Amino acid sequence: MSRRILGPFNRVEGDLNITLDFADGKVSAARVTAPLFRGFERILLGREPLDALAIVPRICGICSVSQSVAAAHALSQLYGITPPANGQRVLNLIHAVENIADHLSHFYLFFMPDFARADYQQHGWHSETLARFKAQSGSAVAPMLEARAILMRFMGSLAGHWPHTLCLQPGGVTKVVSAAERVRLQQWLRSFRRFLEQRTFGQPLEAIAALDSQAALEHYRLETPAADFAHFLHLAEQLQLHKLGRSYDHFIAAAAYAGPDGPWSPAGLWQQGVSQPLPLEQISEDNHSSWLAGAGPSAPLHTDTVPLPDKAEGYSWSKAPRVAGLAAETGALARGLLRGEPLLNEMVASAGGNVLSRVVARLTEVARIVPLMEHWLAALELEQPFQQPCPASAVHNSAIGLTEAARGMLGHWVTLDAGRISRYQIIAPTTWNFSPRDSKELPGPLEKALEGVDASDPQALQVQHIVRSFDPCQVCTTH
Amino acid sequence: MASKNKRLLWLQSGGCGGCTLSLLNADAPSLFTTLADIGIELIWHPSFAEQSLDDAMQLLQALADGSEPLDMLCLEGSVMTGAAGRFHLLPDGQSMSTLIEQLARRASQVIAVGTCAAYGGISAAGDNLTGAVGLDYAGSHPGGLLGGHFHAAGGLPVVNISGCPTHPGWVLETLALLAADSLQASDLDPLGRPRFYADKLVHHGCDKNEFYEFKASATAPGQMGCLMEHVGCKGTQAHADCNSRGWNGEGSCLTGGYPCINCTAPDFADPGHGFFSTPQVAGFPVGLPTDMPKAWFVALSTLSKSATPTRVRQNAVLDRLTVPPSLPKKGKA
Repeated sequence: MSRRILGPFNRVEGDLNITLDFADGKVSAARVTAPLFRGFERILLGREPLDALAIVPRICGICSVSQSVAAAHALSQLYGITPPANGQRVLNLIHAVENIADHLSHFYLFFMPDFARADYQQHGWHSETLARFKAQSGSAVAPMLEARAILMRFMGSLAGHWPHTLCLQPGGVTKVVSAAERVRLQQWLRSFRRFLEQRTFGQPLEAIAALDSQAALEHYRLETPAADFAHFLHLAEQLQLHKLGRSYDHFIAAAAYAGPDGPWSPAGLWQQGVSQPLPLEQISEDNHSSWLAGAGPSAPLHTDTVPLPDKAEGYSWSKAPRVAGLAAETGALARGLLRGEPLLNEMVASAGGNVLSRVVARLTEVARIVPLMEHWLAALELEQPFQQPCPASAVHNSAIGLTEAARGMLGHWVTLDAGRISRYQIIAPTTWNFSPRDSKELPGPLEKALEGVDASDPQALQVQHIVRSFDPCQVCTTH
Repeated sequence: MASKNKRLLWLQSGGCGGCTLSLLNADAPSLFTTLADIGIELIWHPSFAEQSLDDAMQLLQALADGSEPLDMLCLEGSVMTGAAGRFHLLPDGQSMSTLIEQLARRASQVIAVGTCAAYGGISAAGDNLTGAVGLDYAGSHPGGLLGGHFHAAGGLPVVNISGCPTHPGWVLETLALLAADSLQASDLDPLGRPRFYADKLVHHGCDKNEFYEFKASATAPGQMGCLMEHVGCKGTQAHADCNSRGWNGEGSCLTGGYPCINCTAPDFADPGHGFFSTPQVAGFPVGLPTDMPKAWFVALSTLSKSATPTRVRQNAVLDRLTVPPSLPKKGKA
């Protein structure tokens, strides 16, 4: 057996190292290390509950709004108030902008540049990939950033700025939208849609959302070869990316984008084609392999955060969250499966969660969310309130704020004592995906996905593709 | 033609990556185009570089031992000095703080991007059990990783582009000035911040100025009135030009309807009171504009409150402009 330590991984958010053990030339065991710890669960202690709104977005510069949404949900429960419909719509808009921007940043800036590497120059598709997706200088990069900047104007208008807004409050949002602002926002969204339809997809968003089978996806790829998404599908087919990065195929998601008729995407746990309601009370944190006090599974509402940098069994600052004892994968693919998207269900039924299906889930979600944003904007009742007043003090002492970040399920477990935050536990999407082993030595989802992979080349390119297919956010992971 | 581009290395440590993400919001033109235009070669950045794993580590080591030249070092995030550096380790077991110090002592210009890298920031808040500090400050005191009063090989102290997050314009304009060797020590304020944005106050150009003038105050975030008296706004003390240059096109904390929390200041994350409330003594807010005599503030605000137009008083506690300004009466225009 030989051992190889890979790192630092870049083009992921935050810091990541991976230790690989090899047997017969393949990975026999992977240990995923989150090497940076800041201690936000401690920074929050003793503060007034609403102060969480200023602290938690600063956990993460790329999932900042998602952190705010989770905190605002928890605070809504603690203060016993519900945002009015307009407040929910504006929250959804702000959250959707962040999630879409994250998906695009991942695809264009983090994930695709690996295929532009010289290692692939013998492939027929490489010259086009190099021209389009070379890190920083590819021809697709500047147009994406310009389109992204137009989309991000939503943040200036509705949230003050991004990242790190304070506009999301337990009772709604601090910004009302006027009729003139709405037409301005609609114009920016049209510009952004134009970019997606011309460059990313090469087809109307509705046509992408209507792709309901692998045969339809294949037809799209052949029909629209110039689109960035189709180009990816082509090289994915050439490189057989659907055979890479399969994990447990247990998927978990919280509800995403609340609305009067329920959320757009439901909460749940998905296994072998069957969805069940999210068993929230069966979620635990296990610190066995973490440089944190604690050994076996522990309920988040009753867990404290005590760093132990010298803990012998520790190899990561990440905890190991488990649901009913399972290591579960979260993200756009989990959401799509729980929504019952036919294309994604078919892909997972044939080859599981893998590098291809994770990326397809992410990009097709973009095509679905922009029309939703158009709907939320149109539905704003401009004369109606956008926020309910927040009472002077909380009426409950514990709450769980859940939401879906771009990368998957995010939860805040909050406890108050004498009107102050006495415990604040956070489980972020990549805490799920990149968790270390638990006290039963069960590997986390990425650790599982790396088993059996060929990582003998100097760049360990397959490992890099698998890692980035999860779109990890390591600053959220350890917080 | 030989390249005269400055070689910039960007590192991240104890932070959220938000200053990089904010930098990606640069829109006229976009980030990589601007860097090329101002003569900067981004030799490695954790979010954008192609080189990963051993290639990245070898490059960092070559820069640290001086075998590759380094013009500019940008650090984003605090330096984690606690537990002998164990709160941020590199894959080879070396502490990130050691590598940062080696690189800072090699680079011609050292730039702290964001309040974390400058002073410790939010990572150093609360009981700071990770020993988070800034490059050359620990909070508002000189010190930090480099001991205080550090000067980079090029002669300048650490340039502290503080802000949580930083505005892309602050970073790119500072980098452009540095790349052109046209930023002097006198262009930095006493906390090392570029004066082109830190000599302004968030109060300047605030949308809510008329409410401030008449002390027509909001009682909760989201109301139109001034947020200073009751809702924790520190815009009159905060050093930044947030209301005279737009964020994401046209925004600021105040246009978004919520208070300025003075995120360019070293210890903003531990204000000693709730972020959404203003401590008061005898009915007047603690933390008045820094250079205004308190007696005058009390006198002026008492006077201006008595002169507040009904329109301003009514709008102040509403979530949208409801009472418009009246037109000049006929014959008086």
